[in-house]
Amino acid sequence: MTADTLEALADAEAATVEVHDVHKWYGTHRVLNGVDLTVRPGEVTVILGPSGSGKSTLLRVINHLEKPEIGYVSINGELIGVKRHGERLKELSERAILTQRGQIGFVFQNFNLFPHLTVLDNVAAAPVATGKLEKPEAQKLARELLDRVGLADKTGAYPRQLSGGQQQRVAIARALALRPGVILFDEPTSALDPELVGEVLSVIKDLATSGTTLVIVTHEIGFAREIADRVVFIDGGKIIEQGPPSEVLDTPRHERTRDFLSKVL
Amino acid sequence: MSEPPGATVTLADAPTTDEPSKALTAQRVLPLRRPGRWIATAVVLVLVAQFVHGLVTNPFYQWDRWSYWFLRPTILDGLLITLQVTAYSAVLGLVGGILLALARLSKSPVLRAVSWTYVWALRSVPLIVVLIFLYNFSALYKTLSVGIPFGPALFSFDESRLATDMVVAVVGLSLNEAAYAAEVVRGGILSVDQGQHEAAAALGLPKGYQFRRIVFPQALRSIIPNYVNQLIGLIKGTSLVFYVSLLDLFGSAQTMGSTYPGDIVPLLLVVTVWYLILTSVVSVVQFYVERYYARGATRSLPPTPLQKLRTGLTDLRARIRREAAV
Repeated sequence: MTADTLEALADAEAATVEVHDVHKWYGTHRVLNGVDLTVRPGEVTVILGPSGSGKSTLLRVINHLEKPEIGYVSINGELIGVKRHGERLKELSERAILTQRGQIGFVFQNFNLFPHLTVLDNVAAAPVATGKLEKPEAQKLARELLDRVGLADKTGAYPRQLSGGQQQRVAIARALALRPGVILFDEPTSALDPELVGEVLSVIKDLATSGTTLVIVTHEIGFAREIADRVVFIDGGKIIEQGPPSEVLDTPRHERTRDFLSKVL
Repeated sequence: MSEPPGATVTLADAPTTDEPSKALTAQRVLPLRRPGRWIATAVVLVLVAQFVHGLVTNPFYQWDRWSYWFLRPTILDGLLITLQVTAYSAVLGLVGGILLALARLSKSPVLRAVSWTYVWALRSVPLIVVLIFLYNFSALYKTLSVGIPFGPALFSFDESRLATDMVVAVVGLSLNEAAYAAEVVRGGILSVDQGQHEAAAALGLPKGYQFRRIVFPQALRSIIPNYVNQLIGLIKGTSLVFYVSLLDLFGSAQTMGSTYPGDIVPLLLVVTVWYLILTSVVSVVQFYVERYYARGATRSLPPTPLQKLRTGLTDLRARIRREAAV
């Protein structure tokens, strides 16, 4: 890593994420049923839970891709997607929400790279489009970030010319380009062939040790044990238990957690 | 092209009918002969030859008159009108189509309903009716004014001066074109993966940028072939402007035909050849535009005709060499 990269990434001040009593319905189906969660700056939180438990929805509520019906999320004390209006919460304008998303990186299960843009443009697009950097600086930053995820030689390629693992690493570089205070990972390795999982996990591990706040939804229990400061187990739209991996993974207190771990381990 | 394994096996190694028990060694597989295909090809070639022969030798076509008319100024003036009307209507129609498609995809039920109704109405009414209706528009509304709705006018235009034949033709064709383009554009936008919208939103890209740089360029992949189809229909559709007394390519030929009744057939052939040329140019442009927007969608770009010819020749040479070797 060059000194420039360190400097570029040093701007990312690790953020605090707070989720306050969030409820979310899809029609009549209640996906989140009063979730409270605090993630401290630089902390790595892994969210586990059976499929349909609401873990992905929780992640999408944090960057306001999903609007909670009740409750709110704040990052470094700033409300996300809403503002206080006396005693009530009012929805923010779309433009304001888009601006807020600059401090929240998001990595998708299916990468969702822009297929018509080169790898370099995928990474450089957001800082330019949001007016944070001029094009040459954004491209310089993009090159540094791609170097960091080990893809310095792929800047001119199009996403579909890359393997799944490489695409996901580009997606991580793209999320980093806005220098977010927190990065959310939604099952980042679930769409990958087994032999490609490792390269993506090692990039995430690298981020974890560099002190960025990370919230990761994953099924990789071994990985969770290795890098998580805290593991959160969700079922039925509620946090069942949370704590350091040694507690939640090795000596779970709740029947449902034990049940889940016995199935995935 | 690499040679298939075994192509260089010598004949001496190959099993013969005299030695049926001998084990098969790797050798060239003889391709299946297809006599039916050869016969069909021959029949079609004869039919094509007959057709071309008739085209050339039948005095009824009067090819000398055709060459007299082909580059006449009246015809070229008409061609120019056709090109102008097509160009204006294609651009205005596409812009209108994009706006209608966005309205149709908006969250406002009023915008959706208005867009749907517009498309429904304009697709239901024949183009010729729209054109003749517009032609008589100035009788219905004497002046057009820009001002406060239901309030005082700020500017007024005398309709009969504003609505030249050209304006009537372009407005009519654009109104019609926009209705079809709206559906083409809407289909294209819907074909873009939902994940692209989400990724753009998650990165906080401004709304306009999301549409112009992320969604629309990907939608163009499916919009282009469909819109070119529309465009070709439009080129030919311009021949209807003759009925609002605008002398386009077809109109000029028609007029000349009534002056020189003996030349109607060569004049129609002149028009046919010009329309063929226009459509061909559009198709060539389409190929390269599509190729441009295919960047990233496929692992490698489709070859241009020149590249195809080159690889075809290389393949053929390799095949001949292989055949000769066996």
